[in-house]
Amino acid sequence: MRTTVLFSTLLLLTVASLLFSLASGSVAVSWQELLAIFTHVDSGNGLAEQVVMELRWPRAAAAFTTGALLALAGGLMQVLLRNPLADPYVLGVSGGAATGALLAMLAGLGSLWLHSAAFSGALLSMLLVFGLSHGSGSWTTSRLLLTGIVIAAGWGAAIGLLLALSPEQGLRGMLFWLMGDLSNTPFPSGSLPVLLVGLLAAVAIGRALNILAHGERTAGALGINVRALRRFIYLLASLLTATAVTLAGSIGFIGLIVPHMLRLLGLRDHRLLLPAAVLLGGSLLVVADTLARTLLAPRQLPVGILTALIGVPVFLMLLHHSRNLYGEER
Amino acid sequence: MSLLATQALHITIGSTTVCSDLEITINSGERWCVLGRNGTGKTTLLHTLAGLRPADAGDITLNDQPLSRLARKLVAQHLGLLFQDHADAFPATVLETVLTGRHPWLGPLQWESSQDLAIARNTLHAVNMCDMEDRMVNTLSGGERRRVGIACLLAQQTPLLLLDEPTNHLDIHHQISMLNLLQEHGTQNDKALLLVMHDLNLAVRYCNRFLLLFGDGKTLQGTAEAVLTQANLERLYQHPLLAVPGPQGMVWLPR
Repeated sequence: MRTTVLFSTLLLLTVASLLFSLASGSVAVSWQELLAIFTHVDSGNGLAEQVVMELRWPRAAAAFTTGALLALAGGLMQVLLRNPLADPYVLGVSGGAATGALLAMLAGLGSLWLHSAAFSGALLSMLLVFGLSHGSGSWTTSRLLLTGIVIAAGWGAAIGLLLALSPEQGLRGMLFWLMGDLSNTPFPSGSLPVLLVGLLAAVAIGRALNILAHGERTAGALGINVRALRRFIYLLASLLTATAVTLAGSIGFIGLIVPHMLRLLGLRDHRLLLPAAVLLGGSLLVVADTLARTLLAPRQLPVGILTALIGVPVFLMLLHHSRNLYGEER
Repeated sequence: MSLLATQALHITIGSTTVCSDLEITINSGERWCVLGRNGTGKTTLLHTLAGLRPADAGDITLNDQPLSRLARKLVAQHLGLLFQDHADAFPATVLETVLTGRHPWLGPLQWESSQDLAIARNTLHAVNMCDMEDRMVNTLSGGERRRVGIACLLAQQTPLLLLDEPTNHLDIHHQISMLNLLQEHGTQNDKALLLVMHDLNLAVRYCNRFLLLFGDGKTLQGTAEAVLTQANLERLYQHPLLAVPGPQGMVWLPR
């Protein structure tokens, strides 16, 4: 019953956030006009139709997909590392993507090349961490976490170097990319299927994720092939993150707080938590991105700043009201 | 048919030899107790028998089939393990935790049914925790958390139960009630139990087979009359003991 209410609310939130995004901006579009555009009735306002269908809708869809990918990846990464503080970037995927993207910018390559470079960087980082954390011994959580953090630090240095070497006129674009930016993003026709397949895969292993959250040993004793499951989670979460970062740069905070907000709201079963994270993460980023392009219009802000500005107070408030979940030790 | 058997089992951990050439056969209805000093590898032996770590040499068979070749899920339908301690990183309620014990019996995409829920509630009732099903496990006391762990193991409904210090954290009343429960559960359902225990007198009271690990690879096994002699126990614990006649046989006191 509570689950039904929660999911209805989240669906409403998703629709509302998309409508908010489509209606907001320098060209005013009324609700009636939006309805007309989407029901393919001649709205009588050609400019509005063009702005909504060619600019706002692709961008809102990209924002939703990115937020959803990050929230899903974050939820998976937290179970994989058994650490509530894990976010999708903790293992260095975004650093690899950023290094790739900045290299492409420095070389003056076009946006298609930039996307390929970012995705290649993310995949390289993912495989590097995967290979190195194996080593000769077992694939333990702390080994994976340490390898990831060290590789991420290495990417951090590479990013710093590229920024230092970059000519001044390129810096602004680079900084925007690093903070997460959704302007000029096309409709996510490649990423949306990744999100859908990723969500289905995550829900399919949902019960196993619930057990793994109780510990690797326990999961092993309850008949789970822990090694195979953890590899699968790692690859899935990394691919989702790589897709998100390629789409919009490193947007912080969504992947960390969305799964936690839902946990604080009492959602613990990953078969429900992960679909809920997709809806909440997606709509949060749609709202944040809409604010990013309208608050100081005509100036656009990097959306990463907005996600933090919204996320920090909301999360602190939730944490404050549910002390008994994380605060009380026996 | 034996539930679990080992042939020429050799286990080492670091420089310690836990056992060498161990031949043990566990049948239904038997309640085994593993005795030994700290660090002799009792837990390692249990984890090896559960297939969670490889043995150095030798074979383990579950229902006469080699353990290492069985699917993990099938193993978990035959053999349950209570760990020495519990690590809860994420919030979960008592009922949710006990329901994890049903995992081996569910298909990949199957949800827990009302029958699974009933089994979980029954085991919570058995460990005297039925009014606490909505409590978060990280807010429980050590003893309550232990009873939830035992309930989870019982909900797994395996013919063989391995328990690593099941009376850890429990007060005297709950030690006896848990051991009574396990004994009843074992007898009524023809289960086999293998317990690691440190309380010699409780072990004598509740178990009918004993495996002594001396820490140098040597082992002894058999009934209480056969192996629990003063000489063997003093060699086992390397501490002088005093046997005092009690209401149900000898009571062992450390000198």
